[in-house]
Amino acid sequence: MRGNVQMSRLITGSVVAILLASGGLVAGCGGASKTAPPPSTAPSGSATTSPAQPAASTPATTVPAAGTATPAAPGGRGPAPAPPPAPPSTMPAPVKPTISETAPNPDPRVGLKAGWWDAGQAAWNMRMISTTPPAGKVLGATHSDLAFMDHYAIQGNYNGFEIYDISNPVKPALVQTYLCPASQNDVSVFGHLLFMSSEATNSRSDCGFGGVPDPVSTQRVRGIRIFDISDLHNPKLVKSVETCRGSHTHTVVTQPGDNDNVYIYVSGTAGVRPSEEMPGCENGGIDDPNTARFRLEVIKVPLNAPQTAAIVSSPRIFNGLPVPPRSEERDKQDQAERAAAQAQRAREMAARGQTPPQAAAGGGRGRGPAGPPTGPNQCHDITVYPAIGLAGGACAGLGLLLDIHDAAHPVRVDAAADPNMSFWHSATFSNDGSKILFTDEWGGGSAPRCRATDKMEWGADSIFTIENNKLVFHSYYKMPAAQTPQENCVAHNGSLIPIPGREVMVQAWYQGGLSVFDWTDVAHPKEIAYFDRGPIDANRLVGAGSWSAYWYNGVIVSSEIMRGLDIYELVPSGLITQNELDAAKTVKFQYWNTQDQQKFVWPASFALSRAYLDQLERSKGLSADAIASARKSLDSAEKASGSARKTALSELASTIDQSSTGSSDQTKVKLLSKSLTDLATASKSPNP
Amino acid sequence: MKALRRGALGVCLSGALVAAACASAPPAGHPAAAAPTPPQSTIHATPPGLGQYPYSDADVAFMSGMIPHHAQAVIMAGWAPSHGARHDVAVLCERIVVAQRDEITLMQNWLRDRGEPVPDATSTRMKMSMGGMEHAMLMPGMLTDEEMAALDRARGPEFDRLFLLGMIKHHQGAIDMVNTLFKSYGAAQDEMIFKFANDVYADQSTEIDRMRQMLAETPNAGGGSLE
Repeated sequence: MRGNVQMSRLITGSVVAILLASGGLVAGCGGASKTAPPPSTAPSGSATTSPAQPAASTPATTVPAAGTATPAAPGGRGPAPAPPPAPPSTMPAPVKPTISETAPNPDPRVGLKAGWWDAGQAAWNMRMISTTPPAGKVLGATHSDLAFMDHYAIQGNYNGFEIYDISNPVKPALVQTYLCPASQNDVSVFGHLLFMSSEATNSRSDCGFGGVPDPVSTQRVRGIRIFDISDLHNPKLVKSVETCRGSHTHTVVTQPGDNDNVYIYVSGTAGVRPSEEMPGCENGGIDDPNTARFRLEVIKVPLNAPQTAAIVSSPRIFNGLPVPPRSEERDKQDQAERAAAQAQRAREMAARGQTPPQAAAGGGRGRGPAGPPTGPNQCHDITVYPAIGLAGGACAGLGLLLDIHDAAHPVRVDAAADPNMSFWHSATFSNDGSKILFTDEWGGGSAPRCRATDKMEWGADSIFTIENNKLVFHSYYKMPAAQTPQENCVAHNGSLIPIPGREVMVQAWYQGGLSVFDWTDVAHPKEIAYFDRGPIDANRLVGAGSWSAYWYNGVIVSSEIMRGLDIYELVPSGLITQNELDAAKTVKFQYWNTQDQQKFVWPASFALSRAYLDQLERSKGLSADAIASARKSLDSAEKASGSARKTALSELASTIDQSSTGSSDQTKVKLLSKSLTDLATASKSPNP
Repeated sequence: MKALRRGALGVCLSGALVAAACASAPPAGHPAAAAPTPPQSTIHATPPGLGQYPYSDADVAFMSGMIPHHAQAVIMAGWAPSHGARHDVAVLCERIVVAQRDEITLMQNWLRDRGEPVPDATSTRMKMSMGGMEHAMLMPGMLTDEEMAALDRARGPEFDRLFLLGMIKHHQGAIDMVNTLFKSYGAAQDEMIFKFANDVYADQSTEIDRMRQMLAETPNAGGGSLE
């Protein structure tokens, strides 16, 4: 092997000790004698702010100046990836979408041309309306999650966050870039506060770019940063709440009836920080009452005094786990296999004249092969739905259902395992709370898991109903177009789209693009729109693609890891009608954090009633004649005003009510009738 | 299997043991010997286009050592179809093969991009030079040649049992490597190293728990040591 000789350059006896010293002995590793960290890079650019930097300290001698070449090794540097090229001053026009009820065949997402800014695109039933590349110091940084307030989108990235004014979604305007490097810098908002997760070991308390090379350092901040963004041009860091495992993601939780505080559930998937860095952080097993594992951290944030935010509870929501995968058929087969296995082993041992050993006690070291299973020790992400008092915990090996009526003290009510789910990543409730969808981020988002060879039930969504607080599995959904090995692709973040009477969702699949699908029928989820680009690079996997794709007040906003902020609109088709889209757009929020799900409430509107009529036409829940007649009545009611309109709508409501008895879709007919009654009630005002 | 036998002179280091001398793999959970104080590792500038943070020798050692570590996992898991693994074990194995192969590519690319030597994707030995002699070593938690041979001989339930015991130990070794990395000066500042090491920690912890559960459902699986 060519590499052997070079390897000796670095593998000296003492480095072997680094490699192999395991289990905690690192005395002196990164002790106090180290040089000071390099000074932070000063922020640059007028639209950029950063907290006050500390006085410049002695430059580090351990970090060579940028550009110092690593000695060339005969092993050979491969072709290094090109740094992101500057985006063109005018972005290429987005592709014109195919609009149809049947998906285009062959799938145009397969074989798209690669490129940073000019990659090939495929669009079906949705249209990109703008793409805004990152600018300045965040170009090339990994862009992460999104939060929304008023007409602003806040996009996290590994160098900080950006605030965009999206009141004109065709031309988003960058309001402010704030520099504060850390990963994942997932963001949420509430009132005048912005919350951001930091997990990386290079995350500095002064938001500088120098990193933190010491394994134990007071300069490292891992946890939740809280900013006051009353002045969007001048965000102020008001508090960093540190946690033992940092914060990979977090969830803002509102407690109905409490307007003075919000809570934050901190999900941290990293290992436990050394107690020398953060006193009290213990890396114990599940029986250790002080362990920083096997617990959820809950931060209470007093809205009037966010600087006093602190951890208020650490509920042990993982006690008493794990649970076996719930599949009766599978269970029976496994039991039979186990019984057969036991019998065979006994026979084999008997043939050798041995007595089958008794199963020994499960150890107790907690880390040997014989240690008992303990279930997950953290969640990756939690979606709360305060309106129904439930949360969906996507917790590594399991999906949890939590009761959050007392926000500071969530209690587990159920847990689900699934043999096809590798890493439970995030959750989305249906609007009525009767269904929940979990994603499986198999491979952590860095891997190409949508190749033709990758199974459709792996790295997919799993869809459950919630029946008497129990999770009941129904089906998987995976973005169906095969992607190249150069495209990281797996189920990732998405949100519901407020199309009334249906569960429609948009979801990010990294370089697999955006997929919009309908999971109203939990047994048969179905894709109804998509957008995809080719890979960044045709010859190597460069991590990119959509991290999050969320509906917010009429548009779909996507955080493209490398390409910036993309905004889309759905295009009416046989699968989503104009009326359904118009009704969806009547649902407006003042702010939106996807992990803090808010209930959609559709105000009475002609669009809403027409959307239900369109759906009854699709499901054949009313006769064609009845639908035509109802549409005609709605049209004339809309032209009328005052009491004439009110009377017409009330009459139509009662006509519809009467036709519900024979309908195969009575629920929808009742929704239609109620929407008409509400519209009649609202029609006192001249223009509802 | 050819790759395994190549390292006949291998220094076998496993679990928590640190030893300069040749030793056979101690049983899992062997008490840690006193580890010498690790020195400050050397820091290198990251080439343009690959990130803004420098990388360290500890990062390189982690990636270089994890490749043979993963390579052995791929071999072990790859035996499931031919060795009669039961369904849930076979599903896990198939996922391990796909996942760890992809990760080997990721690690090789990371090293190649930085001009560092790139270990072979299939060799299960970490090549090292110590005292002027070249050694081929097993990384923490890896199975010895004897353990691998026993696993390769096993079929059906016995394969399941040995596989689960072996892979739990193997995964625990990977987690030990991650923990060691994070305790090293200058380590895991690079974004990709941090993410990868963190993913190894989270994914393999999750799989260890899943395997412990499978093991609990495996006949006569107690005891917890390998044959």
